[in-house]
Amino acid sequence: MQSKREREKEGRENLARIIETCKSVEERSLDPFLIDVNENISSVKEYFPEWTIAEDLCLDAETIHHLASVIKLQGEWVKHRSTSLYTDPFLLEEKLKSLPKDEIIETFVQAWHPIIELEQISVHSLAEATAYWINLLPVNKRWQEKPPAEVQIGSASREELLNEKILQDKAFSEELDSFWHELKICVQERDDVKIPYWGFIGRGTYEETVQRAFMTSFLVTYGYATLEIHPLEEEIFIRPHEEPETKIGKNQLVSIPISVSVEEWKKWKKGTLR
Amino acid sequence: MSQRKAIYASKLKRATHLLFYKRHMKPGVKGWELRKALGADYPKVLKLLDDHLKAIDLQVRTVFEEEKDVEKPSLEQLDKARHFITLRGEITPKEAKMVGWRIDDLAGLAITISHIISNRGKATRKEVEDMLRDKLPGWKVGLNIDRYIRYGYLIQDENEQLYLDWRTRAEVDQKALIDLVLAK
Repeated sequence: MQSKREREKEGRENLARIIETCKSVEERSLDPFLIDVNENISSVKEYFPEWTIAEDLCLDAETIHHLASVIKLQGEWVKHRSTSLYTDPFLLEEKLKSLPKDEIIETFVQAWHPIIELEQISVHSLAEATAYWINLLPVNKRWQEKPPAEVQIGSASREELLNEKILQDKAFSEELDSFWHELKICVQERDDVKIPYWGFIGRGTYEETVQRAFMTSFLVTYGYATLEIHPLEEEIFIRPHEEPETKIGKNQLVSIPISVSVEEWKKWKKGTLR
Repeated sequence: MSQRKAIYASKLKRATHLLFYKRHMKPGVKGWELRKALGADYPKVLKLLDDHLKAIDLQVRTVFEEEKDVEKPSLEQLDKARHFITLRGEITPKEAKMVGWRIDDLAGLAITISHIISNRGKATRKEVEDMLRDKLPGWKVGLNIDRYIRYGYLIQDENEQLYLDWRTRAEVDQKALIDLVLAK
């Protein structure tokens, strides 16, 4: 008596074999009637009650799909045989092999009606081409580089450069330093070693909040502070270091995405953000 | 000459220019192009042209998008079809040389087309190569098949299966070819 596992294994092998045979008929244009569809369908039916997992059911569906393709090919085969174009390929191949080249040509030219097409220059096209040539600039003129547009030289004030965002009010490192000191003061004021993330970055306007979140990300990346995450309470704290720490090479660095969306900022303002 | 006759004479000339002169990479003219140039009655103009061409052994041939010829085509089918001028009768093998074909290459084409027709319109490239290698030098076989593909007689898919392409459908009377081969 076969165990259930053995029967499943046998079934899978059987279905895989059917799929392979169908594929070879589809790909190599073999006679689709080489496959006994009825017998294969009975085989698929026989094993169907055994399938419980999704992979086996997929294999069953794939088998049915390939058998359906073979039935389609059988239909086409019958249709072709019933047309006047049908000839036994083997008979034709034998004929072609036995015919000398000259006779093949003689036969082919009787059924060949080549397309007639002309290529001829007309006076009109010549006249058009001449007019085009006359108006065409020489290559060195056509490909000449355009001179840069002339601009007037003037001086810009520091305020103008700040407005254009070319200069910043403070150098970035200075800004980061003062931000770090601000964080340390905030923590001291709380008489604690850390401060809730939103408590530190949250400000009256959304723009200001995003700016502080941006700066905080640099504080953490450059080792001025660290993030403390309590996943169960869904709380994030930021803890400043006394001295900047370089973590590269000691621990694996990870990126922590923190969403600072308008909705969250509104919730924070209302005091409903967890 | 009546005005109607004059209009058709002028349309006939225009149709001749459009169909004889090569305008695109592929020869022939699409039906919608003819409709744009000749008007909605272009099928009638093509029929008139075909009658005129009979005397000089040429014909207007229409190849439809569908693989087979359509007996009573709709205007939409004609618009999508490609129209060519082809030879009406037969040419002699000597003339075939004059249209730019070497006898070996033409024989290879004949064998390839016959083989594909008898295999329900498709055959693997390897099968065709093996057949051609029987009578053509090995180095030429691949080059020839590529040439037939380039000219539009054959088309090849990603599985290296060869099918008959638009030029075979335009130029070769497939049934006549098989009958002639079998009658030899």
